[in-house]
Amino acid sequence: MKEKSEIYLDYAASTPTDPQVVEAMLPYFNQSYGNASGLHKQARASARAIDQARQQVADILGCSPAELVFTACGTESDNIAIRGAAWAQKLAGKGHHLVTSPIEHHAVSHTINQLCRHFGFEQTVVPVDAHGLVDPAQVAEAIRPDTVLISIMYANNEVGTIQPVAEIGAVARARGVLFHTDAVQAAAYEPLDVKALNVDLLAVSGHKIYAPKGVGLLYVRQHTPLLPPLTGGSHENNRRPGTENVPYIVGLARAMQLVQSQREAEKERLSSMRKQLVEGVLANVPDSHLTGHPTQRLANNASFVFADCEADALLMHLDMAGIQAASGSSCTTGMPEPSHVLTAMGMPHKLALGALRLSLGRHTTSADIDTTLALLPAIVGNLRTLGI
Amino acid sequence: MSRRVVVAMSGGVDSSVAAALLLEQGYDVVGLMLRLWAEPGGQANRCCTLDAMNDARRVAGQLNIPFYVRDYKEPFKQKVVAPFIAAYARGLTPNPCILCNRDIRFDRLLQEALSLGADYLATGHYARVQPGPDGSYHLLRGLDPHKDQSYVLYTLTQQRLSQILLPVGHHPKETIRRMAAERQLSVFNRPDSQDLCFLGQGDYRAFLQRHAPQVAQPGPIINRAGEQLGRHKGLAFYTIGQRKGLGLSAPQAMYVLRLDTATNSLVVGPAEQLGRQELTAHRVTYISGHSPAEPIQVRAKIRYRARPAGATLTPLPQARAHLAFAAPLRDITPGQSVVFYRGERVLGGGIIEKAANS
Repeated sequence: MKEKSEIYLDYAASTPTDPQVVEAMLPYFNQSYGNASGLHKQARASARAIDQARQQVADILGCSPAELVFTACGTESDNIAIRGAAWAQKLAGKGHHLVTSPIEHHAVSHTINQLCRHFGFEQTVVPVDAHGLVDPAQVAEAIRPDTVLISIMYANNEVGTIQPVAEIGAVARARGVLFHTDAVQAAAYEPLDVKALNVDLLAVSGHKIYAPKGVGLLYVRQHTPLLPPLTGGSHENNRRPGTENVPYIVGLARAMQLVQSQREAEKERLSSMRKQLVEGVLANVPDSHLTGHPTQRLANNASFVFADCEADALLMHLDMAGIQAASGSSCTTGMPEPSHVLTAMGMPHKLALGALRLSLGRHTTSADIDTTLALLPAIVGNLRTLGI
Repeated sequence: MSRRVVVAMSGGVDSSVAAALLLEQGYDVVGLMLRLWAEPGGQANRCCTLDAMNDARRVAGQLNIPFYVRDYKEPFKQKVVAPFIAAYARGLTPNPCILCNRDIRFDRLLQEALSLGADYLATGHYARVQPGPDGSYHLLRGLDPHKDQSYVLYTLTQQRLSQILLPVGHHPKETIRRMAAERQLSVFNRPDSQDLCFLGQGDYRAFLQRHAPQVAQPGPIINRAGEQLGRHKGLAFYTIGQRKGLGLSAPQAMYVLRLDTATNSLVVGPAEQLGRQELTAHRVTYISGHSPAEPIQVRAKIRYRARPAGATLTPLPQARAHLAFAAPLRDITPGQSVVFYRGERVLGGGIIEKAANS
């Protein structure tokens, strides 16, 4: 291999596990390994660890520990929230109409699509503007007497636009409709106070916030009707059966404490580097555009489109140069289709094929940004010359 | 610093072993897989099904080399599929693999490989590139006579040959399979690819019916005297030398002699009328880059699977050539390529314009 520096700018896809998180988890692999449902000493140790973790998370979200469900990932959290709330209300005769946005993660949109295609639900997709913002007034207009759930993400995974979640939540609450938000991308950088956000259901993923892959969280507001999609034991307050994944639950709680306590400082550090990155790219790459909202966006997200520059080719060349990035959602890499997010924002098809998402994180340095700015314009230029 | 090579991977055994061998030889190897066009609605292109892609990705993972998938659907459609359809519409029988190698693999992909800082592009073709004593490059048949793929590579130029590695061409197929097994590459028992990669279902006739119905104009089947013997379904569905599927009730077996696009007639005749001893080819290129100064003796292949036949090659102006075979051949087919060999060496080739009798 040729020598090269390694620059990781794909924190929105996944993050390294914080060593403090690893340390918190370690005792629960082979020192305390009991099944938390048991009654002996080992079991009690596991149950205690989960209780403690649940309390730590409850303190961050400003909720009761009983309102929290630990899951295996953000996708599972979204599934339990949407299916669970939609089914329960349909069974209760409340209706079968869902309201969502066109820029949701597939964990949300594919779940809603399946409910509509096979289970008798209907959906209204509220549009977004050119910056990817949902207008709460349009959400209000979309609500029907038979609307049972609104699902609109907290911050977009591709372009980083932060939605007016609290306002949408206020609309929902005033109309007596449940509100779910996918907070997977927002959890490291935005407040998670569920009362201030006016949410009934909120999903978080561990590996986007320096916990490992394989653990997620769902907040379910008290008295929210929920028919659990998974059936089994009585774990997690009868909402998510399956033996609790003790070390990962402990890790998730520790990670949430760490990111939320460092949130403001990290936001400031990252947004200043992000500013340098965005300004540098726009100044040095001709025909480049920032995507998403200019200010109302995640501190770590810099997303662009480049005219006449195919995303996959760009990512390959960046990787060969030691810069690890993504074009949009990492769940859709390899598909030469323009992203549904950019399309919903009204981006022309051809331009949307040249998307690049650079997402910063804890180990990003301004030297990384300098190197990226030194390499990126030439790579885009070469690709345009080649016509690839 | 080691030399970098981009290996065009297909998930098959040949390109997987090519990557492994080059890695063992000390190259800095990058795996690249092309996503090619296939009929919408049908299965993926057979060169790049999801299974094949996962196989290639797994092999790259085993070898611990970077691996990328590149979308070449549009250029493939434009440079391979469209000319394929256009050729049938003109009564020709094209070979899309030759175009794919000329305009996709060893053009666009080669350029892309070089842009990644690679010194070479490697593929899993059964053919050999050999530098001559004078610094020029020769293209040789693959060592395994049953697998030789040099026919589809005759359009390569000196420039391209200097940037190409064909590591599996130096071994018999069985050795390649054994090498894959020895290295525990998970693809060692994958079947060889068959047929045109972009056909959804059925053969090329069904494909043309779906995508170029204009080539399916029924017309008369006539003999050389011009007498009508029956009706055909569209000239594109027949090929020179074909006997089956004519739907004729003649006392003797009839064969397709010629597709006459001017009158949309299919000309048939008994076996003894079938042989042609001469052909002219156009778009003739030579591996050396130079046309011979005078007529030369060659062995020529008129189809991918044809046996090489002795012929006198006379170069003509404007990249044309005339071939006079020692004995008549039954199925000289306009649109197919004729490739010239001398011993193991590919001298060049061209596209058959027409067959004639001396």
